[in-house]
Amino acid sequence: MSHDEAIDPNQPLEFQTEKSRLNILGFWIFLGAEIALFGTLFATYFVLTGRLADGPGPSELFELRGVLIETFILLTSSFTCGIAIHEMRRGSRKGLMIWFILTMLLGLGFLYFEIEEFIHYIHEGASLQTSAFWSAFFTLLGTHGAHVSLGIGWMTMILIQLARNGLNSTTARKAFIISLYWHFLDVVWIFIFTGVYLLGMVM
Amino acid sequence: MTQNSHSNFPWNHVIGFILSIALTLLSVWIALYTSLSITAIIWIIVSLAIIQAGIQLFMFMHIREGEGGAQVFTMVYSAIIGVIIVAGTIWVINSMMHSMSM
Amino acid sequence: MQLDEFFVTGDPLIYGADVSIILSLIGIIFVLTKYKKWKWLWNEWLTTVDHKKLGVMYIISAVLMLFRGGVDAMLMRAQLTLPNNEFLDSSHYNEIFTTHGTIMIIFMAMPFLIGLMNVVVPLQIGARDVAYPFLNAVSFWTFFMGAMLFNISFIIGGSPSAGWTSYVPMAGNELSPGPGQNYYLLGLQVAGIGTLLTGINFLVTILKMRAPGMTLMRMPMFTWSSAITCVLIIFAFPVLTVALALMTLDRIFGAHFFTLMDGGMPMLWANLFWIWGHPEVYIVILPAFGIFSEVISTFSRKNLFGYKAMVYSMVVIALLSFIVWVHHFFTMGADASVNSFFSLTTMAIAIPTGVKIFNWLLTLYKGRIKINTAMLWSLAFIPNFVIGGVTGVMLAMAAADYQYHNTYFLVAHFHYVLISGTVYACFAGLYYWYPKVFGHKLNETLGKISFWIFVIGFNVCFFPMYFLGFAGMPRRVHTYAEDTGWFELNAVASVGGVLMAIGFVIIVYNIYYSIRYAERVKTGDPWDGRTLEWSTPAPVPYYNFAKIPDVHGLDPYWQIKKEGKQELDIEEERLEQIHMPDNSGVPVIMSVLLFIAGFGLVFEWMWMAIAATIGVIVTMIMRSFDPDEGHHVEVEEIKEIERNVRRKED
Repeated sequence: MSHDEAIDPNQPLEFQTEKSRLNILGFWIFLGAEIALFGTLFATYFVLTGRLADGPGPSELFELRGVLIETFILLTSSFTCGIAIHEMRRGSRKGLMIWFILTMLLGLGFLYFEIEEFIHYIHEGASLQTSAFWSAFFTLLGTHGAHVSLGIGWMTMILIQLARNGLNSTTARKAFIISLYWHFLDVVWIFIFTGVYLLGMVM
Repeated sequence: MTQNSHSNFPWNHVIGFILSIALTLLSVWIALYTSLSITAIIWIIVSLAIIQAGIQLFMFMHIREGEGGAQVFTMVYSAIIGVIIVAGTIWVINSMMHSMSM
Repeated sequence: MQLDEFFVTGDPLIYGADVSIILSLIGIIFVLTKYKKWKWLWNEWLTTVDHKKLGVMYIISAVLMLFRGGVDAMLMRAQLTLPNNEFLDSSHYNEIFTTHGTIMIIFMAMPFLIGLMNVVVPLQIGARDVAYPFLNAVSFWTFFMGAMLFNISFIIGGSPSAGWTSYVPMAGNELSPGPGQNYYLLGLQVAGIGTLLTGINFLVTILKMRAPGMTLMRMPMFTWSSAITCVLIIFAFPVLTVALALMTLDRIFGAHFFTLMDGGMPMLWANLFWIWGHPEVYIVILPAFGIFSEVISTFSRKNLFGYKAMVYSMVVIALLSFIVWVHHFFTMGADASVNSFFSLTTMAIAIPTGVKIFNWLLTLYKGRIKINTAMLWSLAFIPNFVIGGVTGVMLAMAAADYQYHNTYFLVAHFHYVLISGTVYACFAGLYYWYPKVFGHKLNETLGKISFWIFVIGFNVCFFPMYFLGFAGMPRRVHTYAEDTGWFELNAVASVGGVLMAIGFVIIVYNIYYSIRYAERVKTGDPWDGRTLEWSTPAPVPYYNFAKIPDVHGLDPYWQIKKEGKQELDIEEERLEQIHMPDNSGVPVIMSVLLFIAGFGLVFEWMWMAIAATIGVIVTMIMRSFDPDEGHHVEVEEIKEIERNVRRKED
């Protein structure tokens, strides 16, 4: 057995091979790049705040209720995703898959409310083309939403692989990495909730 | 985390979840239902958001496992870069808007 | 769209280019078919995940791009030699300086250095490949397809013309209608994916795949510089990605980020562009510093003076380079406190850079210096780069910058840092590591001739530009009146430009000449090197190291030689089978699809963009289901290969 495939049984399943350890570290570094990416979108959004042209402003359109629903759904999905990994570490493939499916359903629910919110804004005359502010709003939120959609698609792939190949060091690593991604989307949302919605309603 | 705790009840996650719900509600209350100054509100709710992000990283994302040191370093460094990008941009652009309107 | 709008028409220069492109394509297809090389091309190159082959492809592409960017430069010099010249009109001139700048930075300097990183870094740290060989191939092909997308603009649809910085409103729909600017946005976007992946890939490789015993402070300086470069890439490129995406939304989807109407803010583009742009400058200079460190240390036969100071100065640069970006637009109207802050940080970043100059000088001091082509490039770098650096500090003073900015003084400054820094380093690295990859050296006589012609040409070309700047000549003008008095210096600069072109041609000829006539090297260590890459045979077997070396200090291979230790004895040594990654066709297919998606967006043909994007997603799903377990090289096969490469040495 060569060095690259040496199994270290003292580690959790997803850390057992060298390849897994490399991939997980690489993914953390990728998340660092994602922070720079969302940082730039936030910078753009804050600078363009208040540049409404003739369009409506955020305080006229933002509604706490819908936003809180989206926030709680996403927070809960982050929790269920964490439980999924907890189940994985107990060696339960079934538990992992059930909690992942729950996470995905919550993700879909989040997308449903977000898209409904966007449609509402567009009806009220606020779209990507309305003003600099709304361009920045839709791009920041849209990028996050696109990440969530991608995450759902990606999780589906991993669920198929879990069903087909069972829980082994490869599928465990993949499940762990998608969980990092999913939690990270929640981190981004926390800042969107605070920086976009709460500040938008206050100012 | 020891091997043993894996089979136990996921306390970390439950506490983290409750905390994040509570912190979310707290920032809503501070932002919308108190009469603090805007500056104070911004400082408080941004701090609460940072705490929440920390909860995700440390209680949900197992940041200290694997290459723990490198991972924490990556997140700290990216946070610094993120702050430079956001605060720097706001500072520079506001300065230019200000001098243009003079 | 009419066909004559699709193809660029009406310019004899471009018709000439069309003909030569078609002829070379026919030539390539003919040769490949005649010698039945299609399968070889696919198996050995297009699907390879070997870091050395990817590195070679990076460098070949970069040399091609150097040619393209160089032709642009020659056209500009031809236009500016005489006052009131009518050779190029202003819009054509705008296109040429735009593509010159973009190609040289994004598609020449970076890929050349990343190519050298690909070839050298795994060998220097005693690794068999990079952390993610598959992603490495994705990196190369997205870069290549992005470069192609950008480059076809001049025959299909028209080139961008808003400068490599693409400032708005110049780059907006009103002043840059048509596909040109879209090519810039999409070409850079596609190539940027590859660069970001390279950053992550090499950082993890360097952090995790070093040979046992190689601590961080025992890493060769080129590896260190690559690691820091990766950090800069990882945090700077997402900013470019966003900036490009926002402008794409403005131009194609009617958003208002940088528009003059509806609340858009043109200054925000400059701000975001340079948050990426300044780290980018260090992305193309730090690996150059690493190359010079290796070359100077090897040919002074001493270890690098002040290794630690060198490392710490690069770490400081990694942080400081993110807080100097406003110095690129001091005159845009920020107030005194902002300009002072960025002026100070800019001057501060000159300190770690200055430290390095002294390190190199003290490495040379009392060394047993051997002069050859690689060393000549490194020695010429020091004084030329100091000129560029000192004029940079002049520009760093915000108040003084109001005088210099937008003149040829600036043009001279950044060519002095980028050519004598990056381009000299690329040539030094090419001469230095060439035998490692190809098994023969490049001819020294031709190398020295090309060196002298190029370096003299460079100084003749760009030194006068400082004075043109003082005389008030603004950059990016396509012509000037006779009574400005700028003719003489411009004529001198053009002579220098011609010399540089001759130097470049000799370098390329030298590659051809050496492939045909150079003596094959008998050892993997033709320079009496110090670092681990020289402990492998030349050309390097695809698994790099039959046995992973143990490292006990800085310059490990030098240490092994000094202690008189026996080279690896292949018959005696207990070898183990080696695990290697499999080739994959997915990266090249994925990148071609990205090219098509980008092309669709350039012309706003959404059906094409959407279809190709779906294709990209399909390739990603295919990849997700690919178990990609790699294969094992058996001990007997390793012994066979090692016997063959080592037999030559006897």
